[in-house]
This record gives sequence, C-alpha cells and structure tokens, in this order.
Amino acid sequence: MAAENIKHAFFCAVITLIIAYPILGLNLIPSGAVVSLEGADGSTIAAIIAAAVVVFLFQLFRDSIMARLGFLSRVNPLSGREPMPQHKRARLESWLLTGIIVLALFWPFFVSRGSVDLATLVLIYIMLALGLNVVVGLAGLLDLGYVAFYAVGAYTFALLSQYTGISFWMSLPIGACLAALFGLVLGFPVLRLRGDYLAIVTLGFGEIIRILLNNWTHLTGGPNGIGGIPEPTLFGMEFGRRIKEEGNTSFHETFGIAYASEHKVIFLYLIALVLAVITALVIRRFMRMPVGRAWEALREDEIAARSLGLSRTAVKLSAFTIGAFFAGFAGTVFASKQGFISPESFVFLESAIILAIVVLGGMGSQIGVILAAIAVTILPELAREFSDYRMLVFGAAMVLMMVWRPQGLLPMRRIHIELKDQG
Amino acid sequence: MLEVKNLSMRFGGLLAVDQVSVDVQEHEIVSIIGPNGAGKTTVFNCISGFYKPTGGQILFEGKEIQGKPDYRISRMGMVRTFQHVRLFGNMTVVENLLVAQHRHVNTNLLAGLLKTPDYRAREKRSLDRARYWLNRVGLLDMANREAGNLAYGQQRRLEIARCMVTEPKLLMLDEPAAGLNPAETRELDQLIVSLKEDYHVSVLLIEHDMSLVMGISDRINVISQGRPLASGKPEEIRQNDDVIKAYLGEA
Repeated sequence: MAAENIKHAFFCAVITLIIAYPILGLNLIPSGAVVSLEGADGSTIAAIIAAAVVVFLFQLFRDSIMARLGFLSRVNPLSGREPMPQHKRARLESWLLTGIIVLALFWPFFVSRGSVDLATLVLIYIMLALGLNVVVGLAGLLDLGYVAFYAVGAYTFALLSQYTGISFWMSLPIGACLAALFGLVLGFPVLRLRGDYLAIVTLGFGEIIRILLNNWTHLTGGPNGIGGIPEPTLFGMEFGRRIKEEGNTSFHETFGIAYASEHKVIFLYLIALVLAVITALVIRRFMRMPVGRAWEALREDEIAARSLGLSRTAVKLSAFTIGAFFAGFAGTVFASKQGFISPESFVFLESAIILAIVVLGGMGSQIGVILAAIAVTILPELAREFSDYRMLVFGAAMVLMMVWRPQGLLPMRRIHIELKDQG
Repeated sequence: MLEVKNLSMRFGGLLAVDQVSVDVQEHEIVSIIGPNGAGKTTVFNCISGFYKPTGGQILFEGKEIQGKPDYRISRMGMVRTFQHVRLFGNMTVVENLLVAQHRHVNTNLLAGLLKTPDYRAREKRSLDRARYWLNRVGLLDMANREAGNLAYGQQRRLEIARCMVTEPKLLMLDEPAAGLNPAETRELDQLIVSLKEDYHVSVLLIEHDMSLVMGISDRINVISQGRPLASGKPEEIRQNDDVIKAYLGEA
C-alpha cells in the first residue's frame, strides 16, 4: 500500500514537472526577426520544483488528507438537516425570486455604466443557457452548435434593420421565429441520431452557419460584420442624443431631463431583464406541462416512451425548436446591445461556454443554470488581473465540479404532485 | 381483435421467427410460451412495431398494422411492458403515469401556457386516473418517490399501471413475473385476471412461469426455435407430447 502510494506520488510529481517546465520555465524571446528560447530565472524554476514537491506530498498522504476532509461536513451545522416541506419551500422560493427581480429592476440606477453593461451580458447568457437547458438538460440532446441559433437571431435583426429599417421590437419575434425555424429544419433530419452522433452533426451545423456568415460577403459583410444596428426604442422614443429616424422623438426631450448616455444602457438592461424573466417563466411552465414531461421521458427511456405512444420526432423537434427560439431572442438583444456583430461573436467557444453553464448549474435546474450563468460571466471580469490564468482557473473549476459535484451546483429537484384524496 | 398470420422475422441469415400465427379475441388472455431463445420477444417486438416484420400479416381490429411506427400502434390501443422493467427512473411515480396519458391531455403549447379551462380539466382528469391506478396497484403512498427507487416488484406493478392509464384495448405483457417471489406472482396473477374481468382488457402474455400461464390463460401458443409448436387450451398443452419434449428434452 505505502509502496504503491510512493510510486503513484512520484509519478504525479514527474508529470507535474513535465507539464509545468515547458510552459512556465521556457520563454520565447523575440529579437528582431528571430525568436530565441531562453530558460526562466531561478525563482520560477524554484516555484516549479516546489509545486512538484507539493504534488508529491499531497499524493503521498492523500488518503489521510481526504479522510480529514471528511470531518468538515460534521463541522457544518447545516449538514444533515431535514429538507423543508415542499409547499413551504416553494413559497419561500417564489418570495425570494420576486425580491431578486424587484432588486434587479432598481439596481442599475445606482451603479456604474460598466456594471450595467456587464449585467446585460449576463442576462443574455441566462437566456441562452435557459434555452439550451431545454435541449440538453431536459430532452437530453447534446447540442454543440447552439450558438448557430444565437447567430441567426442576431443576424436576422442586423440584416432586417440594414435592408428594411425594421425596428428592434418588430425584429424580436421575427428573429426568434426564424431561429426556431432553423432549429426545426436542422432538427428534422438529425434527430434520429443519438448521443455522440447528434453532438457531431450539431457541431458541424454551428460551424456551417458561422462560415456561411463569414463568406457570404455581399449579404452579411463577411468578417467585417454589420455595424450601425439601431438600439431599441421606447414607444418611438430614441435614447441617442440626436434622433436618427424620422418621426421618432428623443427620450430626454420628451421627459425634459438632461441627456445622459446611461439611459440607453439601463433601458437595454431592463429589456434584457424582462425578456430573461419571460424566458424563465415560459420554460418553467413548459417543464410542468405534458410537453416537458415528454422531453424527460424520452431522455429517460426512449423505447418505453415510444411504446406509450410518444412520437420520438415530434417530442425531440419541439425541444430543439423551443431551445432555438430563445437563442434567437437572446441573439436579437445581443445585436442591439453591441450595435455591431460579426461572425467572431459566434464561434464554437460560445457554444462550449453555454454548455458549460448548463452542466455547471445542474442539468434541468433553472435556478442552478441562472447561478452558473452569473458565475461564468462575471468571474472572468472580476479576475481581470489574473487574466493569464483565466482559462486555467476555469478548467480547474470544471474538474473540481466533476469530482465533487457531478450533478451541478443546484441539481434539478422533482416537483411533488399532490394527489387529492377523494375517499 | 388481434390476428397475427404467418409472421416471419429474419435478421440477416437468422430466421428468428418463422410462420408464427397468434390470435387474441376480445376478453381473452392468450399466452405465448416457449424455451429460451424461441423468439417470443421477437414476436412481441414485431406486433408492437419495434421491428418491421419481414413476412406475414398483423391485423388489429381488422386493420393491417405491420410496419407501422411503434407510437402509432400504441395509440391504437395496444400497449406493452418489457422483459426488463423500463420506467422513467428519474421521474416520480405519478409523473410516469402522467407521461403515459400524453394522448389524453391537451398538448397544445398555448393552452398550457395560458392554463385554459380545457387544459386544466384534462390535467385534472389525468391526475385522477393516475391516482385511481396507483391505488389499484397499491402504490399510492409511493406517488412522489422516484420510480427508480422502488422495489422490483413495485416497479413491475407500476409498469402495468402505466400501461393501464392509457386505457388500452390489448395489453401485452413480456414476462411480467420475471424476478418476482411466489407471493408477488400470485398477486400479479390476480391483477391480470382482474384487468380482464373488471376492465375488459384482452391480454397477450409471454411467460416462463408455468403455474401462472396454466392458471390464467384462456389459450396458449407454444413456439420453439421460431416455429409454432402447438396451440390450444391449457389442458391440451399440458398433455401435448411435442411441448413436453421441447421443454424437457427428448428422452
């Protein structure tokens, strides 16, 4: 046992050295046209060796260290408590949520412009993650090209406003419906595939859309993207200093207040908030409707579901289409927020991040997914000083989650259905 | 009601089912028995639409159904259970029963979002039906447990209840007694008879447990190595030399 531990610990330490030395201990120094390779200074080397020693010691005494950690749960007074009865918890949850939403409504008026902007982005990611949660978390269809529907929504608004001058509000349903249509059309041929195969096809679809946007230069502007996308208006009131379109009035003049650039940002934030809340509520209802149960049933056991008369195609398509619909929603808001979009915004990494949010939050759990969306979007911003290690931290967090909480931050809880006694 | 004529199913070079005929009349329990690997489950899979038979004809209430998609066949009123219990393990017991009533509820998305009166009424009716059947199979106390956590015998009963809430005309049970102890088998026995007597459901049964088959079947079909061996009333089957040979081996 002990000998095996030493062998294992030694192996881990060597691996640490092999991985860490080339990454941290060697520097590429450009001098003129040539690049030369130089070793790092003594302190870095010392740090690498120290890290290897730490890994060695940890692996050597891993069993006893982990056993110590087992006591932690006894220290926690909240562990091992009886869960609250469902009706009480539901009431508490709904009060809490209402409180948070009310807070979120007033919050932007007291904070900096940058925070509100970031919060808008968070809300967009919440919409995306909630939509993908339907596809991946509930229906169990691994979709790696979700960003394609996001792109469809964004480009629909951008192109419509460029070519026909349509407004944000008109474009919102059109973008969402077009994204849903794409979901339907894509879903039809591919949904007979399962698991890995489906993942590969959707991955391919995501790339096709991006490459199409990149190369269809005369329509989409290619890599140059589309700029000058209008901001949303409030009953025909614009938020810019000067009115861009005939017939509109400006917000600050109508209300007789001084022009402030924050108005626009706050307005966008509020739109995103309302849409995110609508998304959450609608999907929440879907989950409790027959269609939501059908999604889950098909995920749990496809053969049993079919034997009970559920049509595989119809159920999967509905999940795919509804997921795509909300991605289109988010895309339209994103285009309006940025004012400029290009295929750069819709790369595979985006799909991966949204998927990571869903997995991190707990598949199928709405509150978990919302929390994860907030964490994944805000943490990198807060940790700007460590930006070099951002991806490292992200990866480490994912690995730790897999080890300690594979079910996600807040795994989905089943709602209990009361069966009334009628004697 | 159900008529299977000369059904054949070939997997590549293997003829799994060869010219098998079965028929089920209304208000009848018919069994298919045979040694392991005789092709009983394959017959079931053909009837319920999971396989497309390579030959023969399947008529349900006079309509040809061979090759139709499985969910269509189930909607016509023919549902089945599986040899290995197939529940929606992470969903609760009630939810399992609600999923099964997909056909009876209002699946219109808008109706559900707006909670129209029709939607509520149908939702309530399906909850009532779920409650009734849970009570009937003695699982009412377990209603909000996750189905995967039930004991094996309870899972078996839940699977039958899940079929019954769809209000089928023909219930197809694939080895319902597999893995049950004698007491549970007796209960199941009574349940199946009651389904026929009280709910006017015809039953097509695959079973190994001879005592169960002989006790409740109106007619029995024996197949061996994919071919029909004998058919008739339980007493006839018991005395049939071919059947005895197939089961016990030749002396």
